[in-house]
Amino acid sequence: MISALGQSSLRIVSEAGDLARFTVRGFYSAVGSRRLGRRLARAVYEQGVRCLPVILIVGTFTGLVLGLQAYHTLNRFGSAALLGPLVALTLVRELAPVLAALMLVGQAGSALTAEIGIQRNSEQIDALETMGIDPFGFLVAPRLLAALIVFPIMTGFFTLVGLVGGWLSACVLLPLAGNVYWASIDRAVKGADVAECMVKALVFGALTIALCCHNGFNAHRRTGATGARAVSASTTRAVVFSSIGVLAADYLITSLLV
Amino acid sequence: MNEPENVPLLATRALVKRFGDQVVLADVTLEIPRGRVLAVIGKSGTGKSVLLKCLAGVLVPDGGEVLFEGRPLGSAAPDATGLCPADTPGAEALAAFRRRCSYLFQGNALLDSLTAWENVALPLEQATLLPKAEIRVRVTEALRRLELEADAGRYPAQMSGGMQKRLALARALVTRPEIVLFDEPTAGLDPVRRNAVFGLIAHAQREFGFTAVVVTHDLPEALAACDHLALLDQGRIRFSGTPAEFAATPDPVVAAFRDSPAALARDIASLRAGAAKPADYD
Repeated sequence: MISALGQSSLRIVSEAGDLARFTVRGFYSAVGSRRLGRRLARAVYEQGVRCLPVILIVGTFTGLVLGLQAYHTLNRFGSAALLGPLVALTLVRELAPVLAALMLVGQAGSALTAEIGIQRNSEQIDALETMGIDPFGFLVAPRLLAALIVFPIMTGFFTLVGLVGGWLSACVLLPLAGNVYWASIDRAVKGADVAECMVKALVFGALTIALCCHNGFNAHRRTGATGARAVSASTTRAVVFSSIGVLAADYLITSLLV
Repeated sequence: MNEPENVPLLATRALVKRFGDQVVLADVTLEIPRGRVLAVIGKSGTGKSVLLKCLAGVLVPDGGEVLFEGRPLGSAAPDATGLCPADTPGAEALAAFRRRCSYLFQGNALLDSLTAWENVALPLEQATLLPKAEIRVRVTEALRRLELEADAGRYPAQMSGGMQKRLALARALVTRPEIVLFDEPTAGLDPVRRNAVFGLIAHAQREFGFTAVVVTHDLPEALAACDHLALLDQGRIRFSGTPAEFAATPDPVVAAFRDSPAALARDIASLRAGAAKPADYD
């Protein structure tokens, strides 16, 4: 049992090391990669623009539910006026970066894992290598850089629509005064809270997109599955590990910054 | 091009490649002289494509070595971590080799997110410093030669198998390489296009003087268009020589391969004549 535990630990450490090397190589390969801007724009479009509707919908409903629950809970203690800060700080410091990252992993991350996995299976990555084109610079670097742009912006959108959702719940559907809601948010949210939110968004972006790229890039190395099944297994693995990674990293960052 | 003429441009020495317990290449020693077109023939599953991938550095041999202008090539194939080691011995020679080499994949390996034009322009845009105008001229010319000018804006998925093959061929030739590795360039093409592709390879070879290795099953076309043939059998080079030597050798394995069309014709003729089935079929 001790041997199995040791082997599992070694495998986890080894895979974490591989992922770290992969990520560093991915970012580093951006240096000198030709026509990176065009591929970066496409990656921003795929991770950002195409995921915007789901971010706006989930953000709005999160704010609506948060406003509803918080109003009734705070009202029991006669503290309904604190609803704005509660909704805002919950969104800014926790829910917006975490839920936006999970949504982006579900839509953009899974799609890019499958795309790179298929490119690996159909020898497109081998073809890049034989043409003297670094597949890291061509495929991985633009997606990693796009994640650093898209995740903070999407987290910002999530927060904004979440706040509007909270306002709809508390001030339109329930009797809280709108000016109290917005003024209390303005007083409660500090620069450090926004900074924590952005740090989380950046870390989640780099972590999840690196995981997704890594799984797609190594789809052909999956044991027990080949071809299309290897791609689907890699995609599932990427989404599961990215989701766990987001929650684990969230705890780590929060414990460091709180 | 300062290399001595007697050093083959590309060569393998005792090349071994295994996949698990299966030995695909057992001991392949082969020389590809500069400016020649070598056809590698053999039954399906004998490792022809594996040999080509080892030549291109896509697969890492388990033994032996690939020599480019007499110098061993390294490997840029990903290691167990999925990373491509850049500091392995011979990696510099491999990078130099790739700048001068093109590879036509059996499955074409076209980038499906790019149009036909973008696929052909890709190696020029990403791996050369050519100005945009020159790239435009070269891509237009490559597409025109392969009768794909009208399809420049289409994606590979919107093309037939034959068109995709021609597109892959255009991409392989657009860089005007010194070495071209063709992995079944005529697979899936009709006879007219098949002959046209072999004709194109022969004409392009004459025009640009590249060295070519063509893995193919099309024996008559290979005999007509290639200077040299190598027959791969059970992981080893069973025969290597000119088409004339191929026609004359008494080797039974070569003879079986060479004479299979005639054997089929005889078999069909006997069937039509109502004769009994040959004993081999029982």
